[in-house]
Amino acid sequence: MESVLKISNLNLFYNNVQALYNIDMDIKMNHVTAFIGPSGCGKSTLLRCLNRMNDLIENCRIEGSIQLDGAEIYDKNQDVVSLRTRVGMVFQKPNPFPKTIYENVAYGLRCQGINDKKILDEVVEKSLRKAALWEEVKDRLGQNALRLSGGQQQRLCIARAIAMEPEVILMDEPTSALDPIATAKIEELIQDLKAEYTIVIVTHSMQQAARISDETAFFLMGELIEMNTTKKLFQLPNDKRTEDYITGRFG
Amino acid sequence: MQIRPTTTEKIAKFIIWTISILVVLLLFFIVTFILIKGIPTLTWEFLTQNPASSGREGGILSTIVSTLLVTMVAIIVATPFGVGTAFYLTEFTHESKATRIIRFSAESLAAIPSIVYGLFGFIFFVIFLKLGWSVLSGGLTMAVMILPTIIRTSEEAILSVPAQYREVSFSLGGSKWQTITTAVLPSAFPGIATGVILGIGRCVAETAAVILTAGSSIHMPNSFFDPARTMAVHFYIMAREGISMERAYGTAALLVIIIFFINLMANMIVNRFVAKSR
Repeated sequence: MESVLKISNLNLFYNNVQALYNIDMDIKMNHVTAFIGPSGCGKSTLLRCLNRMNDLIENCRIEGSIQLDGAEIYDKNQDVVSLRTRVGMVFQKPNPFPKTIYENVAYGLRCQGINDKKILDEVVEKSLRKAALWEEVKDRLGQNALRLSGGQQQRLCIARAIAMEPEVILMDEPTSALDPIATAKIEELIQDLKAEYTIVIVTHSMQQAARISDETAFFLMGELIEMNTTKKLFQLPNDKRTEDYITGRFG
Repeated sequence: MQIRPTTTEKIAKFIIWTISILVVLLLFFIVTFILIKGIPTLTWEFLTQNPASSGREGGILSTIVSTLLVTMVAIIVATPFGVGTAFYLTEFTHESKATRIIRFSAESLAAIPSIVYGLFGFIFFVIFLKLGWSVLSGGLTMAVMILPTIIRTSEEAILSVPAQYREVSFSLGGSKWQTITTAVLPSAFPGIATGVILGIGRCVAETAAVILTAGSSIHMPNSFFDPARTMAVHFYIMAREGISMERAYGTAALLVIIIFFINLMANMIVNRFVAKSR
């Protein structure tokens, strides 16, 4: 199976405190990869390395290599803007802009200078359909996105990321602010999306990781303890610490 | 002697309540007094005619126009500088010694008495830059004076925009500039507008700084290089030189009404944006 992202020997420091230690990992194309581990284990930090969101944080230093389709993303010639169009992101809390539903989805395209109404209309519809939101909002695209429910807002955020046609979608605990029904919808959506996109999801819920992911990586104190197919990691973990965590002995 | 907590509470409540009522009454008294004295003078002729014989006759049209022009110059100059500085401080730089110095300077500028700005404007714009007593000198001086207000309110407004808007915008491939103009600015706009409107209020009401820089010519200014007399200055001279108390009150009443509407407008803008973003 081809890998899209290849992380090798990645170390990350905030000021001089090390937050990630020697991470090596391959993320496979059209797979859902879940990052699990207790709070503060570095899973979100690693996720944010993959689209260089950590660049926004002052005094964050990164060593090592992350390759997207074989090209180093931390190369100094790498255009961060184009990287982020290829690696989309969905955040923990649904965070639509206080704009219309339509403008939320069109935001990224407009940033690319695409203002042709025909293209935008098309992409907005396609993205909303893919995010399983089209039927619910097609008659009110001009409405403020903040009036949608939490689950709808999060699907809108997914549509907004999809609109850029990224290769990879990063999701940082996308359902932690949602109720169980909305969560189920998002999980179902993730299953549909992996046919076209590679998905990396950080989750606090081991059940969620077990339900939706193909591969799971377990982190502890900034280290990647174990990564395997989800089935194997949950049924037959290699490492004692993984076993302790998934059986609920800590974390 | 021990006073029961419920009793102290009652006393405290009574005192605080009395003080608040006094403040409101005082304001109400001043405004009513000025309006009662001034409104009879506010005829159509008073508003649409230029003053004649040093203000004893005619209206105050030239002073209304002068007020508008001076304020316009001040706002046009101060808004980009103020908002730009605020964006620089919040978005383009990290907390450092330099930002603290800029911030401290802005705060100090806000505390300087307006007559000092007047003196500065007189020396710098009127004499050094040879702009003379003019709408331009007055407007530029006012611009310097309201700059700290605009910087501070804009900064607060920008800081109150949720960090997530910036993150999302970056994550969608937005550049810094696109993020600021399309994700941050719309949300910060009501706050920035409030700062600008407060600035307008200060320009309209200012006397000391304007008299030293725009002069006190009673004639209609024909260009930005002509001297001018704003309403506040006119009102001051009418009263100070005992030319016509009744006309002074008329001007003051109009000033009060204008300031009331400016504040009302500020509130409306803010409320509309808050309502829109819900």
